[in-house]
Amino acid sequence: MSVALAVLGDFGEAIEFIFKERESVSGGVQIGGIPELSAFGATHMKVSIIAIVIAAVAAIPLALWLGHIGRGDFLATATSNVGRAVPSLALLAFFISFIGLGETNVIVVLALLAVPPLITTTYVGVRQVDRDAVDAARGQGLTGMEIVRKVELPLALPSIFGGLRTAAVIVVATATIAPLANVRTLGEPIITPQTYGFVGQLGAAIVVAVITLAVDFLFARLQRAVTPAGLKLAEPAARRRFSFPTKRSLKAT
Amino acid sequence: MIGVPLAQGGLKIQEPGGSDACAAANDFCPSWIAENIDRYWTPLLEHVYLTVVPVTIGFAISLALAIIAHRRRWLTGPIITVTGIFFAIPSVAAFFLLQPLTGLGYNTAMVALVSYTLLIIFRSITLGLRNVPVDTRDAALGQGLTSRQVLWSVELPMAFPEIIAGLRIATSTTVGLAALAVFAGAGGLGTEILLDKRFKSNVATAGGLAILLAAALDLLLLAVQRLGTPWQRARA
Repeated sequence: MSVALAVLGDFGEAIEFIFKERESVSGGVQIGGIPELSAFGATHMKVSIIAIVIAAVAAIPLALWLGHIGRGDFLATATSNVGRAVPSLALLAFFISFIGLGETNVIVVLALLAVPPLITTTYVGVRQVDRDAVDAARGQGLTGMEIVRKVELPLALPSIFGGLRTAAVIVVATATIAPLANVRTLGEPIITPQTYGFVGQLGAAIVVAVITLAVDFLFARLQRAVTPAGLKLAEPAARRRFSFPTKRSLKAT
Repeated sequence: MIGVPLAQGGLKIQEPGGSDACAAANDFCPSWIAENIDRYWTPLLEHVYLTVVPVTIGFAISLALAIIAHRRRWLTGPIITVTGIFFAIPSVAAFFLLQPLTGLGYNTAMVALVSYTLLIIFRSITLGLRNVPVDTRDAALGQGLTSRQVLWSVELPMAFPEIIAGLRIATSTTVGLAALAVFAGAGGLGTEILLDKRFKSNVATAGGLAILLAAALDLLLLAVQRLGTPWQRARA
């Protein structure tokens, strides 16, 4: 009973920290409350959005083209394997020690983390397009570019948005440790407990978790919205969430 | 009272080996790494532990869930929704959200890391089971096998490649997330990274060891897959 109350107490205090300013643990400064957390949240969103846009602009066209010409099995599997194996903390620390602190470096790190899932899902999405549909389009006289734009891209969109969803969740989650590079995101209270204490850490963790779940939900909705009607009939969109390239899925085409 | 992992000790830039000019300049120094590699063995072992145990527990839970969902198809959706929520919550946040319940240390890290593996492994087992050709299943049933025998001696062995594919993804993901277990006070290579994140030799060694660990475990799983699917070798 008392344990339950203590747990509730911690969460209660953490929620109070989110909504109301208080004096810092070390004293002297006011911390927490909506104004400070929204400033952190704004930075958090800014670096995340820029990173995702950069990664998408770089990765999606490349993977679309590779998927179109049917070369890149190796790249698709290799990037996703390497991408998963590099710990986000190690990558960020690598940039801090070898290149330096600051917003630009954080954005580059986040974009690098977003690239592998985008390349893999886009490539697999294009390769999974029914070859008959592509042949039919070619038979009707569509050029290569038109086939990409009017056939392969629309049919690969659910898979691409699945990749965007994974990438967005990774980026928003990893932006939490950006304060290690002096970029004050929502991770600031987590990284500096001397000032914020456990209550601040827990409060920030709650905000980060809620935001990430919202991002995940939003992209799940988008994924459903971009699925062409024909595909919805053939296959429930939910199934396409995890399209990783197994030997079977690559050979299926 | 719940402890604060980073207040004491952590985040203080550790003084790299005094006399060495290269180390003093926070540079990348092979000689410093060669001399100080000893200090990384314990964190590396902790990291192995923080990867292998969660993936094993996660596999056991996912296998049980997948077998239940194999019989009762309607459960697949709800299981994916719930494990999907676990999967989306950032690990750093989860390490703090769990602390009021599980305290600081291994338990918190374990619960969080296990919860990340569930979606990945559950999906791969389900995918593998669904990819088993209906004819194969019918043939097994026709030979008089009970549905339990079909599951354990036909369907699950045939799903082996997909299951291993899922385990490989779960393992390399967990190696990366375990680097963040330092926020749960559970040690691992992340502790060393945070101890001196400006010292190039330190970051390169700790990060490099994590990547090597992921690669080694990946190769190990690949070997298990080859041993576990003799029929695929015979065909090739």
